[in-house]
Amino acid sequence: MKILVCVSHVPDTTTKIQFESDGSALNKTGVTFVINPYDEFGLSRAIGFKEEGKSVNITVLCVGGPEVEPTLRKALAIGADDAVRINTQANDPAYVAAQIASYAEGKEFDLIFTGKESIDYNGSTVPGMLAEHLLWPFVSFATKMDLQDEERAVLHREVDGGEEVVETSLPVVVSCQKGIAEWRIPNMRGIMAARKKPLAVVSPAEITPYFQTVRYNYPPPKGECVYFEPDQAGKLIETLAQKGLI
Amino acid sequence: MNECASEQTNYSIMSTIEKKQAIKGGEFLLRETAAREVFIPEEFGEEQRMMAEATKDFIDSEITPNVERMDSMEPGFMPALLEKAGELGLLAVGVPEEYGGLGMSFNTSMLITEVIGGTGSFSTTYGAHTGIGTLPIQYYGNEAQKAKYLPKLASGEWKAAYCLTEPDAGSDANAGKTKAVLNEAGTHYLITGQKMWISNGGFADVFIVFAKIDDDKNHSAFIVERSFGGISMNDEEKKMGIKGSSTRQIFFNECPVPVENLLSERGNGFKIAVNILNVGRIKLAAGCIGGSKVVIDNAVNYANERQQFGTAIANFGAIKQKLAEMAIRTFATESASYRAGQDIEDKIEDLKANGLPKNQAVLKALEQFAIECAMMKCHGSEVLDYVTDEGVQVYGGMGYSAEAPMERAYRDARITRIYEGTNEINRMLLVGMLLKRAMKGELALFDAAKAVAGELMSLPTHEEASGLLAQEKAAVNKLKKAVLMVLGKAAQDLGQQLQQEQEVMMAIADMIIEVYVAESVLLRAEKLVALRGEENCQEQIAMARVYTYEAIERVGAFGREAILSFAAEEDRKMLLLGLKRFTKPLMLNPKALRRQVADAMIAQNRYIF
Ligand SMILES: Cc1cc2nc3c(=O)[nH]c(=O)nc-3n(C[C@H](O)[C@H](O)[C@H](O)COP(=O)(O)OP(=O)(O)OC[C@H]3O[C@@H](n4cnc5c(N)ncnc54)[C@H](O)[C@@H]3O)c2cc1C
Repeated sequence: MKILVCVSHVPDTTTKIQFESDGSALNKTGVTFVINPYDEFGLSRAIGFKEEGKSVNITVLCVGGPEVEPTLRKALAIGADDAVRINTQANDPAYVAAQIASYAEGKEFDLIFTGKESIDYNGSTVPGMLAEHLLWPFVSFATKMDLQDEERAVLHREVDGGEEVVETSLPVVVSCQKGIAEWRIPNMRGIMAARKKPLAVVSPAEITPYFQTVRYNYPPPKGECVYFEPDQAGKLIETLAQKGLI
Repeated sequence: MNECASEQTNYSIMSTIEKKQAIKGGEFLLRETAAREVFIPEEFGEEQRMMAEATKDFIDSEITPNVERMDSMEPGFMPALLEKAGELGLLAVGVPEEYGGLGMSFNTSMLITEVIGGTGSFSTTYGAHTGIGTLPIQYYGNEAQKAKYLPKLASGEWKAAYCLTEPDAGSDANAGKTKAVLNEAGTHYLITGQKMWISNGGFADVFIVFAKIDDDKNHSAFIVERSFGGISMNDEEKKMGIKGSSTRQIFFNECPVPVENLLSERGNGFKIAVNILNVGRIKLAAGCIGGSKVVIDNAVNYANERQQFGTAIANFGAIKQKLAEMAIRTFATESASYRAGQDIEDKIEDLKANGLPKNQAVLKALEQFAIECAMMKCHGSEVLDYVTDEGVQVYGGMGYSAEAPMERAYRDARITRIYEGTNEINRMLLVGMLLKRAMKGELALFDAAKAVAGELMSLPTHEEASGLLAQEKAAVNKLKKAVLMVLGKAAQDLGQQLQQEQEVMMAIADMIIEVYVAESVLLRAEKLVALRGEENCQEQIAMARVYTYEAIERVGAFGREAILSFAAEEDRKMLLLGLKRFTKPLMLNPKALRRQVADAMIAQNRYIF
C-alpha cells in the first residue's frame, strides 16, 4: 500500500506573528518552523498502519523551497520512508493542490493524508481541491480511520453535535483531525536513520498561481477591560448604550 | 529551523578541518586561543537540534505534566519514565553501536544531558543511569561484560546505580570499608559493607560497587546484579530537593558476585571512580545549563505578566538586571562547557588517529581535560544556584510558594554543588592537577610565571586595543598573567605546603575558572560575529563584554585574597601592584549592556540565546 502524507512547514504555535512592514508577507526572522501539527496526525496514522502489520510505504511531500527540508527530514525521522519536495513556493492553496495532484497523478497512491488545516493560513482547502483534481473521494476532519481491506476504509468524522461514520473506497484523500492518531516523538535512532532516507526534489508542474495575497493586517488592538461592581447595573447599561451596543 | 542550519553545519566541518592539533588540558592558561578553534553551541547541526527537540518533546509530554507524581515518588513512576526514555533512545546516546547504542559524539550527549537538566529529579536519575551507572562497564568492561550489560542498559530494560559513597567515606572515597572476599571455591567474591546516598538504589537492577578485596589498599569495582542476593536497603532518604529521584542506603551482606563480574583489574577501582567522575562532572555542567535556561524562561515570562505599580515588573531596571545577569552567566558557562566538550572530542579523535582503541582514547582524553571538567562542574552548579536564587526573587512571594515552579527549581538545584565531588574538592583538585602537570613538565606553567614576574619588573606598556572585543580579549590575556603570577608565587613560596593552604587554593581555583569562562564567552561571541555578522549578535557581544567586566572584578578580588593570605610582607606590595596592573577595570556601561540583553529576552518572552 502506498500512502502520501502532505506536510506543510509552519511557524511554531508559540510564535509571535509579525508581518513585513508593508504587510506583504510574514516576517520570518527568528521564527522557528515546525511540521503542521494536523499533518503530523496523518503521518502518525500512516505509521500506525505499518505497526498493525500492513505492508505500507509512506512518502511525505511538501511544496516549498529548500528551507522546508528540515520539516521533511523530521517527518522521515518520525517514520516516513521517503520524502519529496516540490521545488516552488506554496503561493496559494489552489496552486499547492494542483502541484500535489500533478505529482500524485499516476503514482498509484492508495491514500493521501493531509491535515484538516494548516495552522499558518488556516485555509482548510487544499485536500478538497486535491481530491477534485484526482477525482477521488474526500473525507474531511477524520477522527478515526481503519482499513477494511485493500480497497475499503471506514472513517469517523466530526460533524456538528456528533460523529459521522463513513465507508469509502480507496484511493481517497483524508484530512486529519485530532483523535485519528497520537503525535509521535521521533526517537534518536529514527533521527539518525533519516539522514539515509531519500529526499527527492522535483520540479513543479507549470501551473500559473491563481491568486496573490495583497496584504496582511493585524487584528484590531484589544479594547480596555472595564469592570463594574455588582450594584452598578445602571452604569453598565449606560456605557453600553453610549457605545451604541444596545 | 531555517537555511542557517545547513550553513552552520558546513562551518562546523570547516572549523574542525582548520584545527591543526588537539590542545592539552589546562593549556588555555598558557596560550591565546583563536575563535575558530573553539566549538560553539550555535554550530550544532540540524540532526543534533532535532534530537534536542525530541528530548524536549519527551519532557513536555511525559515529565512536565507529571512532576507531582514524580516528586511524590509514585511507585513505579520513575522506572517507567526511564523505560520510556529508553524507547526514544535517550539512554543509548553515548553507548557504542555494537552494543545497542547510538555511538554519538561527546558534545551531542552533552546536549541531550543539557535538555534533560531542566527536569530536576529525572535529571539525577538519568545521570546516574547513563553516566556513572553505565559508563564504568562501557569504558572498563571486557567483551563479555559489555555484551551482557550494555544493550539492556541502553534500552532501559535494566537500570543502573553507582555505589561508591559510604557513611564514613564521602569526599574521602578511598576510605571505603566495603570488603570483597573470594569464596573457597574461587567462583565468587562475597561483598560485605554499607553504601550510602545511592541514586537509583531503590529500583536499579545493576550496581557498580566499589569494594576492597581482602586487605587491599585500593578499591576494586564489581558489576553486581540485584538478583545475586545478599542486598538490602533502607527506606528512601528524605531530601531537600530532587525528591522524585531514588536515594538509598544499601547493605551488602556476603552478596555473591561471580568472579567474572570484577570490572577491569583488581585494585583498579579508584582509577575507574575518578575517571568516570570526570565525565560526570562535565555532564553535570551541561545539565546545569539546561536547568538554568528553564528557570530563565519562567522568570522572563513571569516578569512580563506580573504587574506592580501599574506596569509589568519586567519594566523595572532592578528586574532587568537580574534577568540579564542570569542569562549572561548561563551563556558564559555554556560557552565554556561546550568548548571543553569539543576539546575532549578532538582529543579522542586525535588519540584514535594515533592508534589508541576508542575506549582508551576516551578515558585518556577525559583525564587530559580533568581540569576543565572540574572547573565546569563548579561553575555550572554555581551558576544554576545563582539563577534559581534570582529566579525566586523575580517571583517575589510566589517564588517562595510551592505552587509556582521556582521553589522546586531552587531546591532541586542545590544538590549539584554537592555530588560528583563537592565543589570544594573539585576546586582543590583542579589546582592540584595543574601544579602536578607543571611539576612534571607537561605544562610550562612555571616558565610562564617567571616571564610574568619579569614583566612586573618593567614599566607597564600602554597600548590601547582597538576593534570589536579587542579590549576584552586583551583584558583576558592580562587575567591569565594575574593567575600565573599568583599561582607561580604561591607554588614557589609554599611548595607542597600549598596543598594545606586550602583557602589560597580555592581563591586560585576561582581565578582560573573565571579566566576560562571569560575567555570562552568572548571566543563564542567572536565566532558568532564571524558566522552571523555583528549586527545579528549584539546581545551576545553585550553578554561577553559584561561577563569579562565582572570576571576582572572577581579575579582581582580572589587574587587579593590569595596574595594577602600567603605572601610574605616584603612581596605583597609588588604582587598587589601587579594584580592591579592585570585587573584594570573595563570601561563600559554595564547597566546599558545588561538592559540590552534583558530587553531582547523580554520582547520574546523567553531565554533566546
Ligand atoms: C542526593 C544525593 C545523591 C547521591 N548519589 C550518589 C550516588 O549515586 N553514588 C555515590 O557513590 N554517591 C552519591 N552521593 C554521595 C555524594 O557524592 C557525597 O555526598 C559527596 O561526595 C560528599 O560526601 P559527603 O556527603 O560524605 O560529605 P563530606 O565529605 O563529609 O563533606 C562535608 C563538607 O566537607 C568538605 N570537605 C570534605 N573533605 C574535604 C577536604 N579534604 N578539604 C576541604 N573540604 C573538604 C566538603 O566539601 C563538604 O563541604 C549522593 C549524594 C546525594 C546527597
